[in-house]
Amino acid sequence: MLGLVPVILGYVPLTLAMASAAMVLALVLAVALAVERVFRVPILDQLVLLFISFFRGTPLLVQLFLFYYGLPQVLSFLTAIDGVTAAIMGLTLHFAAYMAETIRAAIIGVDRSQWEAAQSIGMTQGQMMRRVILPQAARVAAPTLVNYFIDMIKGTSLAFTLGVTEMMGAAQKEAAGSFLYFEAFLVVAVIYWIMVEGLSQAQKALEIRLNKAYAR
Amino acid sequence: MIRIEGLTKRFGGTAVLNAIDLEIAKGERVVVIGPSGTGKSTLLRCINFLDRPDAGRITVGDISVDATRASRADILALRRATAFVFQNYGLFAHRTAQENIMEALITVQKRPRAEAEAQARRILKEIGLADKADSYPASLSGGQQQRVGIGRAMAIGAQLMLFDEPTSALDPEWVGEVLDLMRSVAAQGQTMLIVTHEMRFAREIADRVIFMEGGRIVEQGPPAQIFDAPQDPRLQRFLARVSA
Repeated sequence: MLGLVPVILGYVPLTLAMASAAMVLALVLAVALAVERVFRVPILDQLVLLFISFFRGTPLLVQLFLFYYGLPQVLSFLTAIDGVTAAIMGLTLHFAAYMAETIRAAIIGVDRSQWEAAQSIGMTQGQMMRRVILPQAARVAAPTLVNYFIDMIKGTSLAFTLGVTEMMGAAQKEAAGSFLYFEAFLVVAVIYWIMVEGLSQAQKALEIRLNKAYAR
Repeated sequence: MIRIEGLTKRFGGTAVLNAIDLEIAKGERVVVIGPSGTGKSTLLRCINFLDRPDAGRITVGDISVDATRASRADILALRRATAFVFQNYGLFAHRTAQENIMEALITVQKRPRAEAEAQARRILKEIGLADKADSYPASLSGGQQQRVGIGRAMAIGAQLMLFDEPTSALDPEWVGEVLDLMRSVAAQGQTMLIVTHEMRFAREIADRVIFMEGGRIVEQGPPAQIFDAPQDPRLQRFLARVSA
């Protein structure tokens, strides 16, 4: 069983790379979606609502299959996309929809006095969002966003279903050769668990930093 | 010079500001008094476009904005020529005292960081908070927060400084230090438009006192005239009530 550990550990970087890439992209997309939802740009607003509705309303696995196996039949240029890219795209779109709502709520929660103070000193809307509103919303949204990142790390295991050999795929192969199914998947479970625990510690440090300004 | 013509604001069906006309000379200190809910704060907020006026024209120096067709650029120009001091301070909660004062200089006026820091430190000294430069608003007293609020307004170098009941949210013990700072701002020749309930302060600092009721300017004049020889019965009643 211990022989399995280094084999599966070898795939940790891939898991973290997929999750990190999807997290960065999802954050950027989610902030854009959230800001749009706050300002409600005509027409764009309906499209954003539709986007969020679809990606929250359907299972991640179904979305991944739809993009990886389904869409290339309709849009031929997607045929060239490999499983890793498809998984990152799927995770990005799926989690951006959830994160957009979290960030929107955090933005709306920033006290009115902060918006007015930013306006009164002559900031443009962009400056106000970048310098005043988003940094304060980040503090409120951070714990929930870290939760989504944890979900995302675990969600990378679905890339296995797109033919990507990641931790899950490697365990499956090892188990098939050795019949050590319990051991193989137990190793996978423990490695995920340890990664998430590490992240929880990082979350505490992050929260302390973000709350620095609010200590009395 | 500041000129306000026909400034009107309605909330729902009621006119909170009813075609206000007002001229303020450079360096003049105008204090607005009157019962609550008569549009004093709305007047200030409309000048800063925090509330968008429904009609009227606002002129500050060479910036002149028609409320009915003010563009985004007009509004920014007007806000950059004026500074606002809020009743509830409105300090940026995630920034230190010094960063609050620097923010407009760096983000809006695009001044070099070193220059902005130097000016912020000068202002911190002026408002008596040099030792609190790195403190966040949450760790400052109400009086200290409002002094930073005034410091932030001073940094802008505005042609007109608007004070919206700057001491109303303060515990009595902090009112004095904020009024002292406003006196020293006034002594520098800053043009000021102040809404306040501090009648003694109004009498002392104002070149002119404006009494508003029902969204209109009912009476105005030098403090001695307004406080010692009020003409309009509404002003007489108001003064009787606040001095009682």
